[in-house]
Amino acid sequence: MSGNDSVVSLRDVDVHFENRRGMLDLFGEPETVHAVDDITLDIPENDVVAVIGESGCGKTTLGKTALGLQRPTNGTVSFRGQDVWEARDGADDVDIPYDDIRRALQIIHQDPGSSLNPNQTVMATLLQPLKRWKPDLSRQEKEARILGMLQEVGMTPAEDYAYRFPHQLSGGEQQRTALVRALLMEPDLILADEAVSALDVSLRVEMMDLMLELQEQFDTSFLFISHNLSNARYLAGQADGRLAIMYLGEIVEIGPCEEVLADPHHPYTKVLKWATPDLEVKHGDIEDPPVRGVDIPDPTNPPSGCRFHTRCPEARDHCVRTSVPSIDVGEDRNVACFRADEDSEYWDTHPLPDETAGDTGGEETT
Amino acid sequence: MSPGKDVVLDVEGARVQFEMDRGVARVLDDVDLSVSREEIFGIVGESGSGKSMLAASMLDAVEDPGVLSGSITYYPSPDEPVDILELSAEELRQLRWEEIAMVFQGALDSFNPTLRIGQHFQETLSAHNVDRQSGMERARELLSDLYLEPEQVLASHPHELSGGMRQRALIALALLLEPEVLVMDEPTGALDLLMQRSILSLIKKLQRKYNLTIVFISHDLPLVANLADRIGVMYAFDLVEVGTAEDVVEGARHPYTRALLKAVPNLETPYAEMQPIAGRAPDPVSVPKGCSYAERCPLADDQCLDVHPPYDDLTDEHRVACYYPEEAPAAIPLPFEDQSVERPDDPPEAAGAAPGKEGSR
Ligand SMILES: Nc1ncnc2c1ncn2[C@@H]1O[C@H](COP(=O)(O)OP(=O)(O)OP(=O)(O)O)[C@@H](O)[C@H]1O
Ligand code: SF4
Ligand code: SF4
Ligand SMILES: [Mg+2]
Repeated sequence: MSGNDSVVSLRDVDVHFENRRGMLDLFGEPETVHAVDDITLDIPENDVVAVIGESGCGKTTLGKTALGLQRPTNGTVSFRGQDVWEARDGADDVDIPYDDIRRALQIIHQDPGSSLNPNQTVMATLLQPLKRWKPDLSRQEKEARILGMLQEVGMTPAEDYAYRFPHQLSGGEQQRTALVRALLMEPDLILADEAVSALDVSLRVEMMDLMLELQEQFDTSFLFISHNLSNARYLAGQADGRLAIMYLGEIVEIGPCEEVLADPHHPYTKVLKWATPDLEVKHGDIEDPPVRGVDIPDPTNPPSGCRFHTRCPEARDHCVRTSVPSIDVGEDRNVACFRADEDSEYWDTHPLPDETAGDTGGEETT
Repeated sequence: MSPGKDVVLDVEGARVQFEMDRGVARVLDDVDLSVSREEIFGIVGESGSGKSMLAASMLDAVEDPGVLSGSITYYPSPDEPVDILELSAEELRQLRWEEIAMVFQGALDSFNPTLRIGQHFQETLSAHNVDRQSGMERARELLSDLYLEPEQVLASHPHELSGGMRQRALIALALLLEPEVLVMDEPTGALDLLMQRSILSLIKKLQRKYNLTIVFISHDLPLVANLADRIGVMYAFDLVEVGTAEDVVEGARHPYTRALLKAVPNLETPYAEMQPIAGRAPDPVSVPKGCSYAERCPLADDQCLDVHPPYDDLTDEHRVACYYPEEAPAAIPLPFEDQSVERPDDPPEAAGAAPGKEGSR
């Protein structure tokens, strides 16, 4: 599943940022944040990949890198076999020009309100991309295409919605307008970065149904980024897509959505499942979070060995000392945890002591 | 509500109006609600339904062009009613921290960026003439209750903490002056699920340890279902269903509540059973005269369109503002529900067949 049947392929990609710790540390050493660390990921045609993780785990950076909006520090990003950054930098032997790549890879943002120009009608906003990418169409043809798309996403009567301003639209309608803007480019891949969890719960299913319909109709792939496992399940599960669980810059578990959710292997995936509320009334008892610390460690100083060891309920001495390889655990499934390897030294070492309340997760435990 | 209940906060006929160019917007429409001592009361509803208005009303904190009427009574003890809308500005200021504390929506940014977290705690103590030493001791205890390292957090500037740490510090600050009631408006909305869920566990612990009454507001029904003792569902500026968490989640009788339960993505429900709620909520400038949900309701008939349905007491605890609470389960079946539905085998077609005008009453 590599090479040319992928729309986008990431190979051994790192993205590192130099950071200063805030105003007080103005003259201190800049620190390096490993936002994305050694990630390899293929996004096939007509597929959904959902990337799930906590805030600050690097999922947005990963998404932007896949779209060619963020230059990787190491590794390559290619679009249908063409290196995106060679195309962008205007190398000589480019098969696919950068303009085509840009059109093919579109994004819908988290906040529907701020991604639309408040002073422009829906029609004016949607005409812009067509003017740029379909200059040959007449004005009438462009408008007809836009009205058709508005109809497609359920904004009817389309003639009415087309001449509204963003403040006259509900959050869900704003988000649908952003989706239409992306779709008018006839993209091969849409990056939806928290595009659903910002919506009211009552609007989420509707938005995802729409994405699924459009995926079927136009064969568009989605890279769906979220902290919300329920939304990821609804979208990736129905599209037979994959789920990638990210922790501190690394993909710690990946596989077919349904399988990962039914039988998660990585302790962190299990924790995320615990955190996902179900429609059940919890009687009386208080559950402690099944982690040894509720806060993410400082990404400028990630823990040694397995990065999850400062919070992992299953962590043992071996996890502190040794970094974890990605272990093949079945077709299309990989997990970065020693527990997936029954011959690992892990099993012969001691569990880490319980870290109790008051741990801010900032410091190292070695 | 039911007499003999130890009510701590009683809201009666609360109404908020805004004069706008388009007309008068009634963004809270005659809401009645009693919160019992030491319970966790959850309020859910979609965006714009009036949840924040209700929260603000409880503290007489509706922002200015808005006009609040009705009555809000706080009972520090059962025979000591305090009429909140009659308090002077100074009395209100004291009440707001020392009796009823609030964590506002979007409060992640409510720390002053130039002050250390500890200074916020100290300023609050001196503004209310509380002994600094015992106050800071309580601050430290609250912070560690919330899984924070007290000394480190107190010495930090807000930007040095993650969103989840800031939000927990804010909850500790709200509890600094030992309030009886804590009102939280969407306190975890900006956080990711793991942090949300962890904070919920901590809130439950705090409630037990300090015998707090908590009003918890969110648009996220599953989140509230996991936390609250009782739940009130808001639709179009009023509560449409109130009951124990079991009543509302497992035995919902209002068509809107049931539709909401079907519309929420979760890890269990089969995909085919999840359905969006078609249509839109009414505009506060022109709320329909009948049932505000009629336009979206599969059971709506002429009576629903004409006359606002009164509250129906199904049990002592469970109230529904709907003419057809008995028909709702068959009309809007829920996948995880079995015995509580009267005729579970009824085909979903029953949904289309709205009962006649006279219905069951
Ligand atoms: N200053 C204002 N002037 C006029 N209308 C207002 C004002 N503030 C809020 N509203 C309206 O009051 C209604 C209720 O708003 P409220 O903020 O209580 O909703 P909410 O349920 O808290 O929504 P959310 O989930 O988005 O926070 C909405 O229709 C809103 O547009
Ligand atoms: S390798 Fe060790 S610390 Fe990491 S997830 Fe597995 S058990 Fe936990
Ligand atoms: S049945 Fe009638 S009263 Fe009940 S929610 Fe539907 S429209 Fe409103
Ligand atoms: Mg609100």
